[in-house]
Amino acid sequence: MREVEMMTGNTAAAWAARLADVDYIPAFPITPQTEIIETLAKWIGEGLMKAKLVQFESEHSMLTAAGTASLAGARVFTASSSQGLLYGFEMLYSISGWRAPLVLVNVSRGVAAPLTLEPDHNDVLSARDSGFIQLHAENCQDVLDLILLAYRVSEDKRVRLPSIVNMDGFYLSFTREPVRIPSKEIVGEFLPPYTPTLPFCPSRPVVKGASVLSGSLYTYFKHNMHESMIRASEVIDEASRHFEELTGRPHKPVEGFYLDDAEYVLVMSNSFTTIGKKAVLRLREKGVPAGLVKLVMLRPFPAAQLARLLKNRRAVAVFDQNLSLGLGGIIYSEVAGALYNERKRPETLISVIGGLGGKYITMEEFEYIFNLLQHPEKIEPGKPVFLFRKDELRAVENTIKLAGVV
Amino acid sequence: MSETRYKTLRDVPAEEYLLPGSPECAGCGAQLVLRIFLKALGGDAVLVNAAGCLTLLNVYPYTPLKLNWMYTAFASAPAGAQGIRDALDILIEKGKITPKEDLKVVTFTGDGAAYDIGLHAASGAIARGLDFYYLVYDNEAYSNTGFQTSGATPFATSTKTSQPTTLNPIGHEGVKKDLFEIWRSHKPPYIATIAPSHIVDMLRKIERALKYRGPKLFIAFSPCPPGWGSDTSETVRISKLAVETGVWPLKEAIYGEVRHTFIPKVLKPVEEYLKTQERYKHLFHPRRQEKVIKTIQENINQYWQKVREKEKLE
Repeated sequence: MREVEMMTGNTAAAWAARLADVDYIPAFPITPQTEIIETLAKWIGEGLMKAKLVQFESEHSMLTAAGTASLAGARVFTASSSQGLLYGFEMLYSISGWRAPLVLVNVSRGVAAPLTLEPDHNDVLSARDSGFIQLHAENCQDVLDLILLAYRVSEDKRVRLPSIVNMDGFYLSFTREPVRIPSKEIVGEFLPPYTPTLPFCPSRPVVKGASVLSGSLYTYFKHNMHESMIRASEVIDEASRHFEELTGRPHKPVEGFYLDDAEYVLVMSNSFTTIGKKAVLRLREKGVPAGLVKLVMLRPFPAAQLARLLKNRRAVAVFDQNLSLGLGGIIYSEVAGALYNERKRPETLISVIGGLGGKYITMEEFEYIFNLLQHPEKIEPGKPVFLFRKDELRAVENTIKLAGVV
Repeated sequence: MSETRYKTLRDVPAEEYLLPGSPECAGCGAQLVLRIFLKALGGDAVLVNAAGCLTLLNVYPYTPLKLNWMYTAFASAPAGAQGIRDALDILIEKGKITPKEDLKVVTFTGDGAAYDIGLHAASGAIARGLDFYYLVYDNEAYSNTGFQTSGATPFATSTKTSQPTTLNPIGHEGVKKDLFEIWRSHKPPYIATIAPSHIVDMLRKIERALKYRGPKLFIAFSPCPPGWGSDTSETVRISKLAVETGVWPLKEAIYGEVRHTFIPKVLKPVEEYLKTQERYKHLFHPRRQEKVIKTIQENINQYWQKVREKEKLE
């Protein structure tokens, strides 16, 4: 096969699982994730990979099996999205507490109601406190690379926590892009075999998932997990350097774009970042000192790196493709928290919300954000700016009118 | 019946896998069932548990068990069992572990998990033909949270959420789900009901189940002294009465073919059983609820009438 293939984000995810030589894939279908498990099922059926794929009766069961199989010593891959992630949500906390280092791909999709298919990040961000490492992909190459990186970091004994790799539904899941597929040898060198911690054994029985029934013990274990999560930052840096040596592709937890002399900076994540970058280039042509910070790692939250990249900037906007009802953007609050103790923090920090349910963001809208950064007096400080154009509102009103709704 | 190593109580294996020092209540029927069950099953197993009374066997950092344990969640112990079974299978196939390191996988839950919140997970595992054991300790309510009604609570039982009042003197107005029949409709190789009063019967059933690959299911009658309001010393006697009054039929189904392993010659009146427990006290005090007691008795009679007719036909 060729070194570069055109493939969807879903196929890239399946390729990563295949290259990682995963042992076990518990599955349950949900749009827009289903292509991943269909691809893997096909490959297993054709003998192209040696793994067991089992389709469950729900995501809750799927995630339970994912966790217990990982503890039993299998390298586990699984995938879900939106409603599915929420249906299995209870098990996310269990899996991390069990220290089962599996990788779960979430293909982002807005959460019902109203029921929808296209992406925003309320689904994956709801899992931000669960003890999963979170890596978010901008393009299909990222999907493949970040999954491999996630296995390396999750399985590292200094970390032993599961990972979620996020990709946007439709914009990545069903979009074909050129993807470089690393050779088996390179992946073999990058990713050592998984060695489970005290798996179930007839001659040396173990108890897993025991209750504690004391606040002190509970705090002890939770803090232990927190420390492992913090340690994951260093381990990711170490693994990324190794990955870059082997493939030439750098993957940093936080990536800067045209930051050197940037005065106006946009912070964002996932696939719309590509449009954001284009807007930065266009503004640069017009002489505006614009720049962009892409958040790849959402957990552990890279607060120190962010503060370092954002200090001394004139104004910063955080683009949230999510909505915490009654608060605003989730990542905005986290960035604000990261900057509070930085003396040279930017004077202006704007919250922008857009792309809900996959609503497209045009280049002009990104330019509008940079315009606000140059003239923050136009808006109320701290109040989120919703990207919703007049023509979009007219289209909505027209739809309702055509249906005859009074 | 075919050859068995279990003929009398003297044949109960001496090995212990559940040691003294567990935090369960005195007289716990579930714990007694587990202790005997493990003697016949052996220690090369992993118990996959869902939330319930017996979850508290393992409170960190202690365990009274001499075998592997995995606590999953309330709704998904059978799926947890599937994960372990599948992992062991693929790791053996890929040569990452040896067949010597294989384990029997046993889902072990109460009736709340088995009849209610985890029923779909069990149905899925059975339909997938998972090679596992499922032992349900059926104490006929959510005992661990203080005895609320579950899908296994029998008609006219008093629980904390079905307390008899002047408006409703009956107590629980629903009927106990027939888990045996729900499971049987999936056609697994082996299903049985067991009771802690009939130990030889229990051991023989486990012995038979060991021969089959696929889902092997056991529903165990499990008196709960604090919930049932019964004396802690009476657990085995109540279990015996449940069998002799016909309340708890002892049976098995091999690939769906039902056989009763004990058919009472004469059914003792159900009253004898009901009167041993506070949860049925409202049927007799302050006044006797004749109609309700009669309904319970008739339901039992009808069940056994059908069993006897079927036996005669055969």
